[in-house]
Amino acid sequence: MLDAIAALPGVMAARRELGELVVEVSKSDAYALFTRLRDEFSFAQVMDICGVDFPERAARFDVVYNLLSVVHNQRARVLVRVEDFAALTSVSSLWPGATWWEREVWDLFGVPFEGLADHRRILTDYGFEGHPLRKDFPLTGYVEVHYDDEQKAVVYDKVKLTQEFRNFDFLSPWEGMTTLPGDEKARGDRK
Amino acid sequence: MSELVTRTSKTIEIDNHTINFGPQHPAAHGVLRLILEMDGEVVERADPHIGLLHRGTEKLIEYKSYLQAVPYFDRLDYVSPMACEYAFALATEKLLGITAPDRAQWIRVMFAEITRALNHLLSVSSFALDCGALTPGLWGYVEREKLLEFHEAVSGARFHSNYFRPGGVAKDLPAELADDIAAWTETFPKFIDDMEALLTGNRIWKQRVVDIGVISAEDALAWGFSGPCLRASNVAWDLRRAQPYDKYGEVEFDIPVGRHGDCYDRYLVRIAEMRESVKIVKQCLQKMQPGPIKIQDHKIAPPTRAAMKQSMEALIHHFKLYTEGYHVPAGATYTVVEAPKGEFGVYLVSDGTNRPYRCKIRSTGFSHLQALEALAKGHMLADTVAIIGSLDIVFGEIDR
Repeated sequence: MLDAIAALPGVMAARRELGELVVEVSKSDAYALFTRLRDEFSFAQVMDICGVDFPERAARFDVVYNLLSVVHNQRARVLVRVEDFAALTSVSSLWPGATWWEREVWDLFGVPFEGLADHRRILTDYGFEGHPLRKDFPLTGYVEVHYDDEQKAVVYDKVKLTQEFRNFDFLSPWEGMTTLPGDEKARGDRK
Repeated sequence: MSELVTRTSKTIEIDNHTINFGPQHPAAHGVLRLILEMDGEVVERADPHIGLLHRGTEKLIEYKSYLQAVPYFDRLDYVSPMACEYAFALATEKLLGITAPDRAQWIRVMFAEITRALNHLLSVSSFALDCGALTPGLWGYVEREKLLEFHEAVSGARFHSNYFRPGGVAKDLPAELADDIAAWTETFPKFIDDMEALLTGNRIWKQRVVDIGVISAEDALAWGFSGPCLRASNVAWDLRRAQPYDKYGEVEFDIPVGRHGDCYDRYLVRIAEMRESVKIVKQCLQKMQPGPIKIQDHKIAPPTRAAMKQSMEALIHHFKLYTEGYHVPAGATYTVVEAPKGEFGVYLVSDGTNRPYRCKIRSTGFSHLQALEALAKGHMLADTVAIIGSLDIVFGEIDR
């Protein structure tokens, strides 16, 4: 199956990673590939669609489609790279179950989908601003809600941290760091 | 009966209106806000609004080490906590390139099945409660309590067990727990019989659930159904059989399927699955041998407390594990388990550091709830309640 999929038009790379079938496809060819995967390779199910943010890349987002064929007992993971503000073609016409997953990718990453009938946010609050799973969105967010006794309503406020946000990374020379302080002396030519 | 009814014609005015079902509604199974457009008492359109329980779990996990991420999974599907941990443990193990020792695998399979019974007990009994049957709920809770005691015995917590870890399980079974579980496997089938006596042949129950919310196999696949909901539509697809993980390849069990894809079949499949779970638990108890319960690499699993008193090396390992954690080689995996509700998956991306770069949680109920409009359209309002009950919705995992 790997070779057959690798030969399809638009496929940039197809490989097995840890035993899982991974296919990379360009944005423009993605929809045609999905149609063929569904119709010719009986990938009748899209189990999951999600985004991954790599802010340092030009095409910032990976949109990941996890397909499943119960006929062949085979999974395929299709990766599509997409730039910020660029739209992907929705696959909700191929799999109705893709609608909510695409809404979620839009909500959390801000990747829009062309042809998606229902393009509302899904997980975040009504009127939420920003896309929280982008790497540049702070973990603590920008706003918080509380009940205001005078207005008799739940109101939004800028987030107030009683303690500064602490981010422990604990990365240390144990095994995380391959270059140790002083290595430049070992490598350099001492005259 | 019908020939006795005299037919008269009368004009009824039906108003189309929209009702707001939930988010605080006992039949909404948590915080589901459902906007229903009604034509009289018939549902024209159902628009579920989710996210009221969104806690940003995926974002939080990006800021935690792999070990610290495990407890978040208990809080996803809080009705079957260990099944969610299972997916994350397997995904991390896959990226690390390790496998848990045999005993750990048997314990995990056994507790995954205990969790399945735990989940289905609540699912079936609250489904019955939604349709007006109180007793199964009361009985189910009593039986669930026994299983929660097993959870408590191994992990110290009834719900948020944090028990399945990458590389094995947290602790070995305490003495005599295996006997208690074996005793339970003897009594539990009798309980299922009692429960079935209340529901399976019950006239009111069948009136409420037979031929309600029918979904064909093709539609169920297209909507991304999995687990009992898919099997009720006559697709014999079970990840424990098709893509076995841990010791599932070595146990014998049957996969119950339904033929009609209605609420009644979804109920029957869950009942049958509980019986299969008992079979698997029995086999686990038989085949389990003494041995280590986590990987013996102390760069991944902590050393014993006794070793820490003796060995500086062990102390350092312990300290580093609980501060820095372990580094996971760069890569990505989509690892799934057959959770009680269906396919629960974790798409884990590692960049080689001690924290997940991205941890996407494929929640089961998300797909099922999405199909609610397709299932409920043309049914009565009361049937919508039955359909929600039959889909086994838990918002901890849907909203994440």
